[in-house]
Amino acid sequence: MRVFLSVVKRDLRLAQRQGMDSIMVVAFFVIAVVLFPFGVGPEANILARISSGVIWVAALLAAMLSLERLFQIDYEDGSLELMALQPIPLEVVVMAKITAHWITTGLPLLVATPLLAVFMNLPNDGFWVLVLTLAIGTPSLSLIGAIGAALILGSRRGGVLLSLLVLPLYIPVLIFGVSAIDGAISGLTVNAHLLIMSGLLVAALPLCPWASAGAIRQALET
Amino acid sequence: MALFAGKNLLCYRGERTVFADLSFRCETGEALVLRGPNGTGKSTLLRLMAGLLKAHEGRLSWEGEDITEEPEEHNARLHYVGHADAVKSVLNVKENIAFWAELRGPSVKLTEALDAFGIAYLADVPGRFLSAGQKRRVNLARIIASPAKLWLLDEPTTALDASAVADLQREIARHRANGGMVIASTHAEIGLADANVLNMDAFQLRIDAA
Repeated sequence: MRVFLSVVKRDLRLAQRQGMDSIMVVAFFVIAVVLFPFGVGPEANILARISSGVIWVAALLAAMLSLERLFQIDYEDGSLELMALQPIPLEVVVMAKITAHWITTGLPLLVATPLLAVFMNLPNDGFWVLVLTLAIGTPSLSLIGAIGAALILGSRRGGVLLSLLVLPLYIPVLIFGVSAIDGAISGLTVNAHLLIMSGLLVAALPLCPWASAGAIRQALET
Repeated sequence: MALFAGKNLLCYRGERTVFADLSFRCETGEALVLRGPNGTGKSTLLRLMAGLLKAHEGRLSWEGEDITEEPEEHNARLHYVGHADAVKSVLNVKENIAFWAELRGPSVKLTEALDAFGIAYLADVPGRFLSAGQKRRVNLARIIASPAKLWLLDEPTTALDASAVADLQREIARHRANGGMVIASTHAEIGLADANVLNMDAFQLRIDAA
């Protein structure tokens, strides 16, 4: 646990001093969503209809933006190699890095969401469910994305490959996130959707760090 | 008496055999120097010893126990210094060293480590302002900051000046006097005149066009 926290602290400190990462993710999120009223036209009911989907898709893409750097920089400067040579399982280090990634990207997205919900004229009934689905969903995005980020280590053009690997895996989270919001807007109960999303998160929690650590070990062998 | 040994190691890289039928042993207080021209597998062997690579044949053992059985236990007793210095550009020297030491245990000998390589005056300087030699000193100071029995040093003198090499010699001698082991690949003289030499040339497979 002490080790877990010191890795989280280090990554947060790195993110804070290198700046920009979180700001860029949020800026991308906001701009991507704001483009829709321009493209689709400012009709309030159309925007309200597509708002949940647009916000969720933009959040997916924004969360993916910074994934490439999750392990890449540590891989290049030799830090990842040393992390694999510590007397603690690599999985713990990976989990700590994922946590730091979520704090620097998922959390800011969550904070920006209420504003965008207003921009997109999201009906009031869906508002809290939107925040709730993102709160459960974004950790899953960081977790699943970490597998992709670990798999592209050492490859050129990793960014494009990463989106091809990770975006399909994001589909279940997207489907249940959006349908929970739509359900809430049409007055249905959303418990089932939220439970399935929580289930995805609970399944991802042990599996993704394990798979990512495996992919990292593979990358370090070359 | 601790004993680190390898027996009949075979390693491929791609289609090429890097070395074959390589055996070595290193006991408490001993040093082993890997010598040989470029490309004879010195780095590969060190990565193998660290557990980053797996041998295709043969086995590495610590006091008779295979190192792949308990990788974390093996990690706890080794320090590896590779080609990359793992110095973060936005963290200062103190933070860089302290982070790695914290991962290994709560006791961090920070001042001792900084003094050992004469970088105490750099303690608050961010990594991005360091020269290659200073980064290497930071990386070497890292292994002083937390104790480990076995040092695996891959060309540790790269980019070091004469005074830093002298520091390294002194630290290696002290480490060995305290019962540590050092396995290093180097072309330079680092005060390991009494060390056992493993000549990598002897384990190359010669494929003669018969």
